[in-house]
Amino acid sequence: MADEAAQGGGISIHPMDQFKVEPLFGGDHVGMLTPTNVTLWMALAVLAVTLLLVVGTRGRAIIPSRAQSVAELAYGFVYKMVEDVAGKDAIRFFPYIMTLFMFIVTANFLGLLPMSFATTSHIAVTAVLAMAVFLTVTILGFVLNGTKFLGLFWVSSAPLALRPILAVIELISYFVRPVSHSIRLAGNIMAGHAVIKVFAGFAAIATIAPVSILAITAVYGLEVLVAFIQAYVFTILTCVYLKDALHPSH
Amino acid sequence: MAGDSHATTEGAMGALHDAAHGGTDAAHAASEAGMPQLDFSTFPNQIFWLIVTILAIYYILSKIALPRIASVLAERNGTITNDIAAAEELKLKAVEAEKAYEKALAEARFEAQKIATETRAVIKEELDVATAKADAEIAAKAAESSARIAEIRDSAMASVEAVAKDTATEIVGALGRPADAGAVAEAVDTHLKGDA
Repeated sequence: MADEAAQGGGISIHPMDQFKVEPLFGGDHVGMLTPTNVTLWMALAVLAVTLLLVVGTRGRAIIPSRAQSVAELAYGFVYKMVEDVAGKDAIRFFPYIMTLFMFIVTANFLGLLPMSFATTSHIAVTAVLAMAVFLTVTILGFVLNGTKFLGLFWVSSAPLALRPILAVIELISYFVRPVSHSIRLAGNIMAGHAVIKVFAGFAAIATIAPVSILAITAVYGLEVLVAFIQAYVFTILTCVYLKDALHPSH
Repeated sequence: MAGDSHATTEGAMGALHDAAHGGTDAAHAASEAGMPQLDFSTFPNQIFWLIVTILAIYYILSKIALPRIASVLAERNGTITNDIAAAEELKLKAVEAEKAYEKALAEARFEAQKIATETRAVIKEELDVATAKADAEIAAKAAESSARIAEIRDSAMASVEAVAKDTATEIVGALGRPADAGAVAEAVDTHLKGDA
């Protein structure tokens, strides 16, 4: 297919080029403080969150405007999630979890704009988010429960002979958590964007363009769902891990 | 299907790219052929800006947005509770007002009945007094009339007696005998009594 495309119109498909981190103001070197497209799209995410949650609620109306309704909906959605999944005493972590959710959901949706840069498609970004959750939860677990937190790995309801084996499995699964937590988000976003790009490349060939455009539409629709669902999954897993730290008993 | 086309596309792309650039910047080409996600040289940059972003959002949310939304939600709940309480109160008031109205209506009806009864009693009393007065007057008049009739009859009887005596005396005198006034009078009296 690709050969045929290359012969047909000399088209080139670069599905991964959209993920390149590039300096905003020219040059090749990407230092730690260099303003890059990452900076730009993260700043836009901050702007979008501010517009929705601060500017949208500036009326403080009893009967909310449309923007205020959405802001209240987001607030209620995450608040209820924290309360239901992690328990009432996890409410003090609500601002942090709300921050995670709002950042991921806005970054995902901003990434869906044509020509944009999806910051959450980068493993570096999601790994930092996941590690922050992992470290917070682990440290919190030991601070709140002391050595009792290790009871998370010692399944007291299982037969004694099985417990060491289960402990090993539990331990491995505990340390795999940040890996799956981060790769799930980055992988989903990256794969969807790459697939759209591939179909877009084929749209240059007249004979398969209609199919290609239809496919882009379909995948885009799917990606809109994925953008929200992955933010939701990341947040709810954070709540689940937080619950383990607050109440380590099985 | 998507994965297949993906793999072949990347191969073709690599070839095209090499042809185009002729491998001028080998390092660049290498990073382009792979995933930009695994280009570790950009990690410090991404991580730095991510931390800045997260701190910024956290600051904005915890200082401004979340307290504001929480207060709006609390205020709305309060308003709704208050409004429901006020509605309940108004409903009670309406029921009370209806009761008062019913009571006033019943009182008015009772009052009207009382006034009607009283009026009827007063009228009846007045009527009785007037009737009694009229009866008394009628009785007085009747008594007076019968007294006068009796008087007239008495006087008429007296006249008849006198006339009878005179006449009898005259008749006796005319028969040629000096009449004994006393005997005549006695005889007349006896006759009159016998008549009576």
